[in-house]
Amino acid sequence: MGKIVGMEVGIAAAEAVGLCNIDVAAVYPITPQSHIAEHLSDIVHDGRIDAEFITVESEHSSISACAGASATGARAYTATSSQGLMLMHEILPIVSAMRLPVVMGNANRAISGPLNIWNDHTDIMPQRDNGWIVMHAENGQEVIDMTIQSFKIAEHPDIMLPTVLNMDGFQLTHMIEPLEFPLQEEVNAFLPDRVPFATLHPDNPLSMGCFNMPDIFMETMKAKDVALLNSKKTIVKIWNEWGKMFGRYYKPVETYKNKGAETLILTMGSMGETASVAVDELRKAGQSVGLVKIRLWRPFPLEELRAAIKGCKTLVVMDRAVSFGGAGGPVGTEIKSLMFHDQDRPRIVDFIMGLGGRDVKVEDFIAMVERAAKKKDETYEYYGVRE
Amino acid sequence: MIEIRWHGRGGQGAVTSVELLALAAIEEGKYAQGFPAFGPERRGAPVMAYNRVSDKPIKIRSGIYDPDVVVVLDPSLVGLVNVTEGLKPDGLLIINTSKTAPAIREQLKYKGKLATVDATHIAREELGVPIANTTMLGAVMKTTKVLKLASLDEPIKERFGKIADRNKNALKRAYDDVKLAK
Repeated sequence: MGKIVGMEVGIAAAEAVGLCNIDVAAVYPITPQSHIAEHLSDIVHDGRIDAEFITVESEHSSISACAGASATGARAYTATSSQGLMLMHEILPIVSAMRLPVVMGNANRAISGPLNIWNDHTDIMPQRDNGWIVMHAENGQEVIDMTIQSFKIAEHPDIMLPTVLNMDGFQLTHMIEPLEFPLQEEVNAFLPDRVPFATLHPDNPLSMGCFNMPDIFMETMKAKDVALLNSKKTIVKIWNEWGKMFGRYYKPVETYKNKGAETLILTMGSMGETASVAVDELRKAGQSVGLVKIRLWRPFPLEELRAAIKGCKTLVVMDRAVSFGGAGGPVGTEIKSLMFHDQDRPRIVDFIMGLGGRDVKVEDFIAMVERAAKKKDETYEYYGVRE
Repeated sequence: MIEIRWHGRGGQGAVTSVELLALAAIEEGKYAQGFPAFGPERRGAPVMAYNRVSDKPIKIRSGIYDPDVVVVLDPSLVGLVNVTEGLKPDGLLIINTSKTAPAIREQLKYKGKLATVDATHIAREELGVPIANTTMLGAVMKTTKVLKLASLDEPIKERFGKIADRNKNALKRAYDDVKLAK
């Protein structure tokens, strides 16, 4: 590994992509992702890597360009945020259906309206059902590591699916913090060249992403679902391989002081670190509280979550998005649904919080744990809203 | 852990200050964060930026509300923005001003620890511009002892290239000139 450096995490994300021997980047800038777009463009322009940076006119085009490039066998990267991800929406399920291993970074930001450039998870949630592998990073180091891992995961012959790595906008992208980069030769040893299953080439014509009649469409959809579900075991294998090489181990569900805890906080993304400080404070006050953090959101790691929360009485879910008119936040609703048949499942209390950059402090996590203890039912609540 | 809040105006380089301080701290082997108050960038409008520096890994990713140190880059912000808001009772306020400490105390009704330096004057002489962000870093190093002055050398060289030495001179002058008020 290289030495510890101080760097803004958005810049570091671009540097990490620069280590991955990409062929094509097609990135349209949008706050708070812009520093990734700008810096990756610098890396290509300065000749530090031999890649094509396509200056597209929109995110619809950036993801389409990546799909096309990927279909020719190229290693393709894009990054976006919020409205940009929404504009990509139409193309996202096509990329996964074509089994194209495009890698994306998403700087999580609220979706309009009203216009808001700050962090929450409302941009990624509407993209939940597109057949992509969806992961969340908790800090800058994880952004570097998981960006590199993403290419290996996406391109693995047992997976061949696109990946999106979520990094909280501003909270992560604009934070200068200590980071460690693997050396180029270490990345080369970890990440082999892509070996595509099939490629578009004029000498060997073939069709991709064809039309499906009703007699085959359902089979295609099931195959995509199975492929995504099956990807988990290979993702875990790749994470273990990373751990052995670099000493930092990644799991679909991360835990902190969860063993024997009566109450568990559940988070995704950068709020996990602040929540861990709340856990320490609550433990000091004699409370039996721990933390579980979902790193892999699609495919959903149900077995790992079950194991992580076994024996806990109350699960306090932090939802940084709203499913308007639904049964709760996307994470809380999903966990309740997945655990419906579990006899000894905990009481699941779902808070919608931290929307559009509303800061979530240590004392907020403590307050939500206290509120959850008093709450009689499992209906969802907004935390911190002025009435 | 020490938490620092910087007040400046958009374009005066408050974000550069937190960046340089964080890089210097990391260079020293400490843990550090540097981040802006996330918001739309508006030239001339009051802005804030933040640092955390610690000997241990920093886990908190929320904003800073009760800083140990407040640094004011622009004298005109005093009285306009509540610069002492949330400052810990034993916290330190460092102001770029040509006024005397008693005058500042009177204006802010502030009795806590106070350090003053005329960083704009120094910046004009050393850099030819009234932008005091790097200059004020010198005052911060002297009064907080959060880092060694020399740890800023490399980040400043990297950031300013040809004009690094002029920035270092300005910073050194503020380091020598800053006065802790009674």
